[in-house]
Amino acid sequence: MNTLVEVTDFYTAEFEAVAGRLPGRELDWLQALRRQGLKAFGRLGFPTTRQEEWKYTSVRPIGRERFALAVETCVGLVEDDLGAARMPELDAHRFVFVNGRYAPQLSRPGKLPTGATAKPLAQALREEPDRVRALLGRRVRADENGFTALNLAYFTDGLFLEVEPGVRLERPVHMLHVSIGQSEPAAHHLRHLVCAGEGSEVALIEHYVSLGEGTYLDNVATELALQPQAAVRHYKLLQEGAGGFHVAAIDAHQLDDTHYRSHNVCLGGALVRNDIRADLDAEGARCELFGLYVTDGRQHVDNHTRVDHRKPHGTSHEFYKGVLAGRSRGVFNGVVYVHPGAQKTDAQQANHNLLLSRDAEIDTKPQLEIYADDVKCSHGATVGQLDENQMFYLRSRGIPEPTAAGMLTYGFAHDLVEHMGLEPVRHLIEEILVRKLPHAAELQGVE
Amino acid sequence: MLTIKDLRVAVDGKEILKGIDLQVNPGEVHAIMGPNGSGKSTLAYVLAGRPGYEVLGGEVIYEGENLLEMEPEERAWKGIFLAFQYPVEVPGVNNMYFLKAAVNAKRKYLGLPELDAMDFLKLARDKIKLVHMSEDLLKRNVNEGFSGGEKKRNEIFQMAVLEPKLGILDETDSGLDIDALKTVAEGVNSLRNEERSFIVVTHYQRLLDYIVPDYVHVLAHGRIVKSGDRSLALELEEQGYAWVEEAASA
Ligand SMILES: Nc1ncnc2c1ncn2[C@@H]1O[C@H](COP(=O)(O)OP(=O)(O)O)[C@@H](O)[C@H]1O
Ligand SMILES: [Mg+2]
Repeated sequence: MNTLVEVTDFYTAEFEAVAGRLPGRELDWLQALRRQGLKAFGRLGFPTTRQEEWKYTSVRPIGRERFALAVETCVGLVEDDLGAARMPELDAHRFVFVNGRYAPQLSRPGKLPTGATAKPLAQALREEPDRVRALLGRRVRADENGFTALNLAYFTDGLFLEVEPGVRLERPVHMLHVSIGQSEPAAHHLRHLVCAGEGSEVALIEHYVSLGEGTYLDNVATELALQPQAAVRHYKLLQEGAGGFHVAAIDAHQLDDTHYRSHNVCLGGALVRNDIRADLDAEGARCELFGLYVTDGRQHVDNHTRVDHRKPHGTSHEFYKGVLAGRSRGVFNGVVYVHPGAQKTDAQQANHNLLLSRDAEIDTKPQLEIYADDVKCSHGATVGQLDENQMFYLRSRGIPEPTAAGMLTYGFAHDLVEHMGLEPVRHLIEEILVRKLPHAAELQGVE
Repeated sequence: MLTIKDLRVAVDGKEILKGIDLQVNPGEVHAIMGPNGSGKSTLAYVLAGRPGYEVLGGEVIYEGENLLEMEPEERAWKGIFLAFQYPVEVPGVNNMYFLKAAVNAKRKYLGLPELDAMDFLKLARDKIKLVHMSEDLLKRNVNEGFSGGEKKRNEIFQMAVLEPKLGILDETDSGLDIDALKTVAEGVNSLRNEERSFIVVTHYQRLLDYIVPDYVHVLAHGRIVKSGDRSLALELEEQGYAWVEEAASA
């Protein structure tokens, strides 16, 4: 049995058991927030496919499990254990979290420029609780759904990043989240807070990998506040394991002339749901949302995005691509909402999908809602197979059919990798793509 | 080298080639001329192995083997090269990687060691001069955003790198200005030798001023209605295609 009451009882009992170990337990306001989260979960439970927002994504596989909070061990991991997740060329402020908790022995925060603060959220709660309080829960609310509710109740750690006006981070901040499978299903509730001061610049990499086989849930909320003229480049890279569930809400609040660029790359995970929102809440704000999902087997990847144009002269450019093989399933739902008065909005959105097998499936739904009259908006979605003319062209040159298919698929996906400014990230993704599309290997090696 | 006997081919259930006979010996250049829609590209595609063509009858023997049974890549390894009338754009696939993959697939088939990046680059740089193409085109995606002329040069460049035994050029001259036409013709001529053969498909005789054929065939309504030497091309130029159309329908 799997009733709402049972599920709620489990997570409530679990909460009472662990509450004393959660960070910030001495802060009354936080305790109240956590209780609010728990209460919201009791009301909402996990989403069901009867809800419009979750119509194509059943989270029953998550609801069926009982995800206890991961035990506090990070079992003497060393650098070499990070294996496939490492980006040797990457020169970054590195924060490693293992099973939802900061792992100082693996982290290399380095020295941040004056005016920039980056630290684990648990530490920030001790050192500057009032700053955390000012940011926490402003953008991702507990009552959105069962996941955001649980996140607020249970979050153990995350990144706290604050950049003062005019400060520019030369090196990106790399958060590496490692999930180590355990014998029992475990949950990692992470919360990231980013505040980019006026005219500041920062690049952020949110990176999720798994070591081992176990079943786990990464449940993440990322809240970003961009003060006027701030520029944030936000990479999200998923290399979750076959037993990994990943649910995340990302919300960027943008003031005047800010620039938010998101690269959302999903290359792993059994079930993935991203809710990515950009709220263009002042004039001249600009956002770019790039996304790539490459799935096979029985993977399910759902990207929901929402761009709110609230004020004039905003620009949004969204470009998502998917490659789906095996019996995998993709969902793309992109809302662009142009509010009354948001004149001179320039909004473009496109979602293109390549289906490599008969049993792969994609539900794509671009949604434009426009309540201003002087705007430029376009959107489009395509679903297709490999192009026959291109296949024949390659084969007529002597390239064997599987290689030709691999090359074309890689070419289709690579489009999105090309947009990335951070070369080490690009290289890692290229490497993973070549591993996933073995016949694309021919596309490497000549410069 | 190539023997086509009574080849009949249908596309979408419609018979396009209605009994083609053609014999190409090593070192020969055969021009195939004919009005639009007569089946020239169909013939070229069938020889290169494009899927979707239904062979209703006849046979094609290439170096003693049944060509029609081979996959397109196998034909390429055995020395057939088609320069497309409309070269295909392949977004996201770099020209260099593409051609290196093609060269090495063929070398592998022939039991030769594969070329590494350096050797391949040397080869490519050497051949690209032949068609007066900028090396920058190597770094671009295959035909993506190329002008019409650049696409055609790229075809000839690929042919030069792959060194086929039988080159089939499908209207490589169409859309080229006279300088580009000369460049392309020079490229082809430099590849001519006593072993290598060409089938040059063209609508206009102009190209044949520069690539001088040994034989000229006129294709109309899916049949070769007349064959001759170079003078036939000149005759066609003077009289137009009207009379061959009549001959074919007679
Ligand atoms: N894919 C196709 N489906 C249906 N008809 C086709 C197709 N390709 C070619 N045809 C028809 O076959 C005939 C010959 O075409 P083609 O070989 O391209 O002629 P040419 O190259 O001599 O201009 C034309 O009538 C054309 O409409
Ligand atoms: Mg043609």
